[in-house]
Order: sequence, then C-alpha cells, then structure tokens
Amino acid sequence: MSITGTFRARTSAVTSLPGRFAAMPRYARLSAGALLVIAFYLTPFWPDVPVLGWIVDTPGTKFESVLTDQIMVFTLVALGLNVVVGLAGLLDLGYVGFYAVGAYVTAILTSEHGNLPWLLCLPIAVVVSMLAGVILGTPTLRLRGDYLAIVTLGFGEIIRITANNSEWLGGPRGINNIGTPPDIHIPVLDWSLTFNVLDAKPYWYLGFTIILLVIFMLRRLEASRVGRAWTAVREDEDAAELMGVDTFRFKLWAFAIGAAIGGIAGVMYAGKVQFINPDNFQLQLSILFIAAIVLGGTGNMYGAIVGAVVVAWLPERFRGFSSRRYFVFGVVLILMMVFRPQGIIPRRGAATGIPGKKEEATA
Amino acid sequence: MTNWLIYRTFWELTVSGIVLGLIYSLVALGYTMVYGVLRLINFAHSEIFMVGTFGALITVSQVLGVPQFIGGEYPHKSGLALVGTLVMTLVGAVIVSGTGAVVLERTAYRPLRGAGDRFGAVALAFVTGIVVSLLFESNIVVDLVIAAVFAAPLSVLYLRLFRRGRQAPRLAFLISAIGASTAIAEAVAVWGPDERRVYNIPRVLEKRVLFEFLGADIRIDYVIVAAGALLMMTSLLLFVNKTRLGRGIRAVAQDVETSRILGVNVDVVILVTFLLGGAMAGGAAMMFTLVYDQSRFNIGFLLGVKSFTAAVLGGIGNIRGALLGGVVLGLAENYGSAVFGGEWKDVIAFAVLLAVLMFRPTGILGEALGKARV
Repeated sequence: MSITGTFRARTSAVTSLPGRFAAMPRYARLSAGALLVIAFYLTPFWPDVPVLGWIVDTPGTKFESVLTDQIMVFTLVALGLNVVVGLAGLLDLGYVGFYAVGAYVTAILTSEHGNLPWLLCLPIAVVVSMLAGVILGTPTLRLRGDYLAIVTLGFGEIIRITANNSEWLGGPRGINNIGTPPDIHIPVLDWSLTFNVLDAKPYWYLGFTIILLVIFMLRRLEASRVGRAWTAVREDEDAAELMGVDTFRFKLWAFAIGAAIGGIAGVMYAGKVQFINPDNFQLQLSILFIAAIVLGGTGNMYGAIVGAVVVAWLPERFRGFSSRRYFVFGVVLILMMVFRPQGIIPRRGAATGIPGKKEEATA
Repeated sequence: MTNWLIYRTFWELTVSGIVLGLIYSLVALGYTMVYGVLRLINFAHSEIFMVGTFGALITVSQVLGVPQFIGGEYPHKSGLALVGTLVMTLVGAVIVSGTGAVVLERTAYRPLRGAGDRFGAVALAFVTGIVVSLLFESNIVVDLVIAAVFAAPLSVLYLRLFRRGRQAPRLAFLISAIGASTAIAEAVAVWGPDERRVYNIPRVLEKRVLFEFLGADIRIDYVIVAAGALLMMTSLLLFVNKTRLGRGIRAVAQDVETSRILGVNVDVVILVTFLLGGAMAGGAAMMFTLVYDQSRFNIGFLLGVKSFTAAVLGGIGNIRGALLGGVVLGLAENYGSAVFGGEWKDVIAFAVLLAVLMFRPTGILGEALGKARV
C-alpha cells in the first residue's frame, strides 16, 4: 500500500495543477495564461530549444508537419469527440465520418467541382458536418450505449466506402489540389503569412487560433444550461428524462456540435495536405480518436487535448521503433488503463467514465 | 444490376452467404457471451480469431508437415487421414485461440475489474519489459531475455499497484481492449516470419462438389463448415443451459453482485466465458482457413466488426441471436453485393443493421443471455 501511496502522491503534484492554477490570483492567472498561449503559438520552434528540442524531436519527419498534420488535427478532433463521448456520454465509434465530411466538402468545393476559396468552405463544411450529425443522430440517438457505438461505427465506414466507390468524390485515387487558406499580408508591418506546402508554420498559427476559439466556445457551453443537461444525460439518462431534461434534443445537440468540430478538423487537414483519399479516413482512426480522449481523461477538455497530443505525437517521437511503434502503443494503452483508468488528467470531482449508475467513484 | 443475374445465381449466393454467415456467427458468439457477462465490447476478440487462423496454419504446416498446395495431387485424398488432419487442425486452432482469450482476460481486463492477480502482473511486467528493451535492442530474442529478467521484480511492483476491489469505468475496458487488439495484431505483423504479407495456408482438402442444390454447387468444405459450426453452437447451448458452470454464466449475466453473494465464483465464470468464446473463434478460424486458404495479421479486424454487427443484429448477449444475426448478415451481404456490386458489401451490412435496429432496438431476438429464453 505504501508504494501505491507514494505513487499517488507523486502524480498528484501534476494532477492537482489545474486546481492550484485556479487558486492563483487573477492577474497571475491571466499572465500565466498569456505566457502559455504565446509559448504554444511558438511550438514550431520548440525543436530548437535545448532540452525541450530533444524531448519533442520527431526523427524522420519534420516536427512542424507532425505538429500540423497530426497534433493539430487530433487536438481539434479530440475537442469535438470529447463533447460527444466525454460530456454527453454517447459512445461514438465513427467520428472519423464527420472529419471525412469536412475534408471532402473542402476538397469538392475548392478543387473537384468548384473553385470556391478555402475560407468560404470552412462555414459550409461546418454546416454540412452538423447536418451529417443530425442526420445520423435523429434515427440512432434513441438507441442506447453499445448499440449506438456499433451504428456510429457503421456510419463512419459507410462514409469512407461511399467516397471510395463514387467517382464524383474522386474514388479511390482521391482529390488533389485542394485550396489553401488565404495568404495574409499586413503592409504596414511588412509581415505576411503564406499558406503553401513549403512552410507548415502558418497552418499552426491559424490552427491554434481555431483551437483557442473552440476551447473558448466549449467552455461557455459547458458552463451553460446545455452543459448541465449533457452532464445529467451522461450520469443517468432516465433520471435526467424524469427531471424534465429533453434528453433527445440535448443528445442531438451534442452530436451536431461534436460533428461540427470534427468537420473543422477535416477542413484544416484538407487545406494543409491539399490531397485526400479514402485511406485517410480508415475506421482505425476513429478508434485512435477514442483512445486519445480516454487516455487523456474523458470529460475533461484539457485531458482530451493532452491525450490527443500523446496519441498523435508519441508514434512519431519513437520512429526509431519503426514498424514496432504500434505494438508499443497498444501495450502503453493497456498499461495506462490498468494503472490509471481515469486518464492522464481526469475530470474533476465526479465519478469516472461513461454512464455509471452502478459504477464506483474512483476519485 | 439486372434481375436475371440475381435469379440465376440466387441459390449460389444463398449457399455461400450461409457459409460466411456461420463463420460470422461463431465469432459473434465470443462477442455476445463476453458482452453478456461483462457488458464489454471485447474489441480484441477479432485478434483471438486471427491468432486462431495462425494456430491452424502452424498445425497444418509445422506439426503435420503438409506442404504448400501448388496443384496436382492432394496429400490426403480421403479417408481417416483426412479426417484426422482436419480434427487436428481444429484442435490446434481452438487451443491457440482459447489460450489467447484466457491470457487476454487475465492480462488486459481482470486488473481493470479490481481483481488483478499474479498472472496478470507477470504478463504485464513481461510485455513492459519487451517494450522497454525494444528501446535499446532490436533483436527479439535478446529482448525476450531482458524482459524475462525484468519481469520478476517489476511484477511485484505491478501487483502492489493494481487497484484492488475498484472497478475501472467502462470506457477504460474498451480502450484496454483496443490496446490489446493493436498489440496482438502488431506483434504478429512485426515478428511473424512473413511480417505484413499474406500467409498461404496449405490446402488439405480437395474442394470437390458433392451435389447440386437448385443449381448451386454444394462443395465439401461448405458442408464441413455448416456441420462443424452447428455442432459447436449446439454444444455451447447445451453447456450454457445444462451444466453447473453454464448456470453460473447465466447468473453472472443477470446480476454480477447477486450471483457473487449467492456463491458464484465470478472470476472463474468470466474466465470460462472467455475460454468458450475463444474456442468458438478458434473453430471459426479453422473453418475460415479451410474455405479461404489464407491469413494475415489484420484479417481479424473487418471480420470482427462484421461479427460484432451480427451479434448486435441478432440481439447482443443472446446465443441464438448470434447464429441468426450471422446468417442474416452473411446472406444480406451476398444478395446486396449481387444487386449493388461487391464494393458496396460493407455498406449493405451496416444498412441492414440500421434498418433492424430502427424497428427492434435490441436486435432481432432481443438481449437475453441471462433470461430463461436462451
């Protein structure tokens, strides 16, 4: 027991960080937050910092492309999936479907069947993904738990196979020459951001801004009536229904909002790599997304982000393992769940996990 | 697209659909029984099936020494030798899958139930050792030795760290299952002799057409699959319904806590459930290799997803439902791909599932491992 105790004490130094942060005076919190934001904006330069550089190093791949193609996309996806799985407690195994919808809408409108600017595609893709969420959700959200899981899994596959089989969507060869975000040029400062394949940094500045906006929006949502309704549905759907929560409507909202964020991730991805094909949206990716948020801590936005970063970056960090890195990843997942099932940064206070009438609190 | 095509091949599609469906059913049984007792989607069950196909491969080519079939004469044309080979292959696949399922349960799930024991600690310490030694040394033999040396002290620590008596949240089980699934498949892909390529399994059986049924060829391997699958399922039903351990399984499926209070050894029951599911997957694996003659590290994934779909279609936790769901799915896939084209096969499978769940939200036969209706 003593070993366990020391272990807990050690980890609590890290896990209590959010609490201690909240206890700091307002000015300290604001300046610490601002510093953190600046540090994260400068992430592409982290490999040049002495010790940090060795830690984040990704042998074989440029760090900035790992940052944008993997970490940025996974973070956005984790934020969206966290709404569905973490907040509303709906197990969605086909989340990659919404991500694919976002990417394909961008690809079709900017390259395959149109010539719209990327910026205009962003809102269109968000709306279309949301619609996809509602279309999937309306018939299926009456199902519970694991039935929902398998139906959503099927949905993700249907999207991918449809893209693969229809020539209109580029078929198996995919779509290339996807439009990029518009270049920004400020003449007064003689400063410009150019979005092209050569430099990934502008994508990170844009992507991180979007991530911040999404975090801000989700924080407001979580604190609102909608957020409380989601918590109620997650903890006990029957009780929530009896207390007058329109469970179906709020579940549908969770689905739609989650889908919209997944769509944004798809738009960013398509705009960055400029080439997509159905193989980018394999079923395994959905499962990796779920692994990311559970690893980080379901229901906690920051936990989900940490999980996403770990899942996206870890296999790249250990390229040295080459083909064995997914074996390592699988073992790490098991060990993590055995010794810390609540995730790296668990949700504060409440019982762990998805709906749990009979589950014990593992505070 | 044309109707006459469907008409001409209707019975052929039916026959091959039923055969495929029976393989789905056997795998679905593993999902459905584990779901019944643990309420867990055992994602790693597909890999249990996969290692079963490799069990069959090893038995046929290494233990029995059957050479690769390149045409010409078959090693065993008929008679007792053929039956013996088939039975040995089945036993080999069942042993590998059954062992795999038991090791999986004790390593990846039992510690999460708050009942982690020495076996799990040692196994986890061992894989941790492999992962850590991979950092420094890429020779697997050296890695195994290093892992074995470190497993002993590490397992003592792990045993202390196990969260005793505290159940992890349900999602944690799912992630552990996904981790186990990835680790098993990748281990085969990395350390198997042919790595990620397709393994051809020596043919032992000449796939003769036995007779025709309404214009459809009934091949001998189809008959073996049908008979074997039905036999295995009947024995499973008898086991669950008639034996003491089977009663334990039904009791735990109904209510874990109550059955524990009434003296059911829940951990043993869960282990037996995994063992039975693994054995069924092993049987499915042997039949799969008999019909399709090949295997690969990722062969389990899609088949696993389909089988789980079959289990849900029939009503999860329901043994008869798994049989029905598998056959319905196999038929729907075959008919559907004849009408819409083979590339839509998987879409059809999920569309059928969606359609059924709309009208019967708990599957065709409903959920019922614990109910009297099983």
